[in-house]
Amino acid sequence: MDQLIGKLKTEIIEVLNLTELTPDDIDENAPLFVEGLGLDSIDALELIVLLEKKYGLKLATADEGKKVLRSVRSMAEFITENKKG
Amino acid sequence: MQCIIIILQVMSGNYYIGDYSILRNRQVIQGGEVIFESRENKPVSFFTEVYKHFGLNYPRFYKMDNLCKLGFLCAELLLKDKQIQQLYPAGETGIILFNAASSLDTDRNHQQSISSRLDYFPSPSVFVYTLANIVIGEICIRHKIFGEGTFLIEEKFNPSRMFSYVRQLLNDDIVKCCLTGWIELDGDQIDGIMVLVEKTAPDPDRIAIFDPGILTKIYSQIS
Repeated sequence: MDQLIGKLKTEIIEVLNLTELTPDDIDENAPLFVEGLGLDSIDALELIVLLEKKYGLKLATADEGKKVLRSVRSMAEFITENKKG
Repeated sequence: MQCIIIILQVMSGNYYIGDYSILRNRQVIQGGEVIFESRENKPVSFFTEVYKHFGLNYPRFYKMDNLCKLGFLCAELLLKDKQIQQLYPAGETGIILFNAASSLDTDRNHQQSISSRLDYFPSPSVFVYTLANIVIGEICIRHKIFGEGTFLIEEKFNPSRMFSYVRQLLNDDIVKCCLTGWIELDGDQIDGIMVLVEKTAPDPDRIAIFDPGILTKIYSQIS
């Protein structure tokens, strides 16, 4: 899980152009939106594309999206659970 | 006919250019002086270097496409140390920009991301910049400007069109202050100038009467 979290942080920095940050600057438990990294709706779309492009996973509903995109950890958990299946 | 034109000019009065900024040929020029020179050839590296050199702090900058970065930096350098938000109500400042390539640079990036059926992943953050007038939106967000905003496409720099459009806004009292300029970017070619035009004369030491001639002179500056 820790390895996946580290990888996700690097990918998020890359796709969202957060070039001033390093993976260590991102708290995997902090909210991604509003607080934390302060991401916006376009960033949310970019994270959905990231999940699909890199991990072949699609979010089924908006509610699921809210839960999955809450933090880096919740994204990693979603990837781990669905990869197992 | 000539008399009518002269009378109209007298009636409308003069407007003033207080300052201008230029980003071109790896240089930043303000008020006629080169204030920064870079070794970077790629626009994105050049823009990042300018951003860091002038100590700007606006993380959203990194998310912008290159055209927006060019417009943003021109505005940032031009408005730095000027109190336009205090001098003019938000609705009385306008932005009228021009270029030839529109958002073609980002349009190409977007097109690449959708060109393969097997690797079809359009990027939302690229797609949102596939309109030239997003440059105006970014500057308005940054400087809280709510006045007239228009991005026009011309074949080449057209000082007469720029002058007449902005003058009309000032004549009709739609704005009291206006940013205008040529924000052109296509591949590695960067050509950005931005001028601050005001109804009342700003700093008397640094004013020029706003007319097509002075716009041409500013645009033609080669350091």
